[in-house]
Amino acid sequence: MTISRVQLLVTCLVDRLYPDTGMAVVRILEKLGIEVHCPEGQTCCGQPAFNAGFPDDARAMARHTIDVFSASPDPVVVPSGSCGDMVIHHYAALLADDPAYAQRARDLAARTYELTAFLVDVLGVTDVGARRPGESVAYHAACHGLRGLGLREQPMRLLAGIDGATITDLPEHDVCCGFGGLFAVKMADVSSAMLARKLDCIERCGARTIAVTDVSCGMHMAGGLRRRGSPIQVRHIADLLDPDPEGR
Amino acid sequence: MSTASVTFHRRAEDALANRQLNATLRRVTARILDSRAAGLGRLPEPDVWRDHGRAIRAHTLAHLDRYLDEFVANVELRGGHVHFARTAADAVRIVTTIARERHVRRVVKGKSMISEEIHLNEHLEAAGLEVVETDLGEWIVQLAQDHPSHVIMPIIHKSADEVADLFRRTLGATEADVADVPAMTRFARERLRPAFLSADLGISGVNFGVAATGSICICTNEGNGRLVTTLPRVHVAMMGLERIVPDMPSLGTMLQILARSATGQNLTVYTNVLTGPRRADESDGPDELHVVLVDNGRSDVLGSSEAEILYCIRCGACLNACPVYQQIGGHAYGSVYPGPVGAVLTPALWGQEQHGDLPHASSLCAACREVCPVRIDIPRMLLTLRARGTDEGRAPVWIRQGIGLYRRLAMRPRLFRLAGRLAAVATGALARSGWIRSLPGPLAGWTTSRDFPAMAVTSFQDRWKARPAERSGTRRGKDPA
Repeated sequence: MTISRVQLLVTCLVDRLYPDTGMAVVRILEKLGIEVHCPEGQTCCGQPAFNAGFPDDARAMARHTIDVFSASPDPVVVPSGSCGDMVIHHYAALLADDPAYAQRARDLAARTYELTAFLVDVLGVTDVGARRPGESVAYHAACHGLRGLGLREQPMRLLAGIDGATITDLPEHDVCCGFGGLFAVKMADVSSAMLARKLDCIERCGARTIAVTDVSCGMHMAGGLRRRGSPIQVRHIADLLDPDPEGR
Repeated sequence: MSTASVTFHRRAEDALANRQLNATLRRVTARILDSRAAGLGRLPEPDVWRDHGRAIRAHTLAHLDRYLDEFVANVELRGGHVHFARTAADAVRIVTTIARERHVRRVVKGKSMISEEIHLNEHLEAAGLEVVETDLGEWIVQLAQDHPSHVIMPIIHKSADEVADLFRRTLGATEADVADVPAMTRFARERLRPAFLSADLGISGVNFGVAATGSICICTNEGNGRLVTTLPRVHVAMMGLERIVPDMPSLGTMLQILARSATGQNLTVYTNVLTGPRRADESDGPDELHVVLVDNGRSDVLGSSEAEILYCIRCGACLNACPVYQQIGGHAYGSVYPGPVGAVLTPALWGQEQHGDLPHASSLCAACREVCPVRIDIPRMLLTLRARGTDEGRAPVWIRQGIGLYRRLAMRPRLFRLAGRLAAVATGALARSGWIRSLPGPLAGWTTSRDFPAMAVTSFQDRWKARPAERSGTRRGKDPA
């Protein structure tokens, strides 16, 4: 498929918590010759409300997001498996009974791609020209990307394509880190126990950096590692794939 | 049915504090998941079998009235009696009446989730009957006056040492009797054998009822199911009314995936298909067979958005795969049905008044859906239950108001960005080197075990807008190589 232009759904968390990651996504895409547009009206896809049990609020945010990204027919790239799963799988179900939005929801879903799936499956790229000499990376498979979007090979192939980086296995790499949105607050004790198990695996695996496709799970694990005083970093995969990390 | 879920948090806390329980759960669930993968791996195209199993469950439940009629007619044709219990109380009354009218004194029971569900033992004992559980795990639960914590491994929460203590304390077992697990099993067998031989009534569960033949299928690994259903003069089979399969070929399909998903076995050691009571020319079997079809909320679930949970064939794989269950075990759920399936089934059957926390006891990681032999979309139904809880006014005020505020802001992009910047400035004071160590109010739960990243005052969108014009989207991109 020849695609020369995409819209970036940057996600509310990347926008406000990890803006560098958003810039890295832009540089990766531009380096591949893709023109990036970032519609100004975008806010939140509605996933937090949807998962917390507030489908009406989620529906309102879904309609807003559909409006924002339907001004152009260009494909939408989102650096999150969780928000990607929301747009790709849950919008259509949420808006199935809304005559004005049902079809638009399906249209948007059909042209929305999680970042690593877009690079590998759509563009056919596994080497984005990133160089990380001496870096040792292990991959944690975030749940919604893994089980919602079937992201398995794509992130691994992209990491393998980083010049100079060695890839280490993370034990239990596909077990949930315990984030789960409001779950981490409402069920803080259970969530913390799940995180402790994940961090034990991370500290055991020997990698210096843990790569994720979602900054939400990333901030959860990074916050736990920081509390433990661990030097291990958790980075969004776009930060590691950034062809020009000094580009800012 | 269960204890109030207002205590879910306390029960979960207790479980988390029990390091031995945590280690046991991790070890046993990991082992059984490996066995499951190997068991399914021995089937050619296991996913096709699972799809087929799902299709059978969906078809049967879509035509349940017809298949139930056929099942009832065929049970009766083979000389069995069928009783329909709308409620738990009806089911209890039916069984106690059968026992009383036949002057039953001693009851032996095979493993049956539905009898746990209706607390049958308590009621039978209150009616003056002696009841002995004969599944080893359930017998131990009964001796310990405990509750099962897993649908197929009722005592997954107990160590061998605890069982040895229990045998010494309650049954006067000697050191030789409890020397190791085989010795304890021998000891249990010796204790149970007289119960089988002296019982007048055997009560079993039912894994599947076959509509086309009126047969009931009972899967066990200990052989106790066979003794319970053939030695006493009366056999009562308790079954949830959703437990029907149309015919023998569909039973075959379900059996292919049940044992593999549950334990990794190709087939349970004893897979019994019983059709009617003992016939005139047969030497074994009960004089009477009674099948008690229990509704207890199921027909309401059948018409709801959680109907899919009735596809469940009680293999327990979702419990084993659930990272929440692996931490807290079954008792925290406060229901006979724990784990992911229980987090849907319990509130679906009996409402959220008592069980409102259960749909929230999940990170929505979907490991349950991945291992379910009939691919039940448990996360989807956890979400419909959460939404219903919201409609019923169960959501905490701060969450309801917080989500409402976030939604209103998200509909107004400029206000959204302004609010984000203000929040970043306001929380900046809490942060040290980019991290917040202590969050206020209801968010404090996060910072019990993890720091929270500071928000950026200059967001991605701010930076994007500040980019030189020739780079911010007006430049034409080239086609990718």
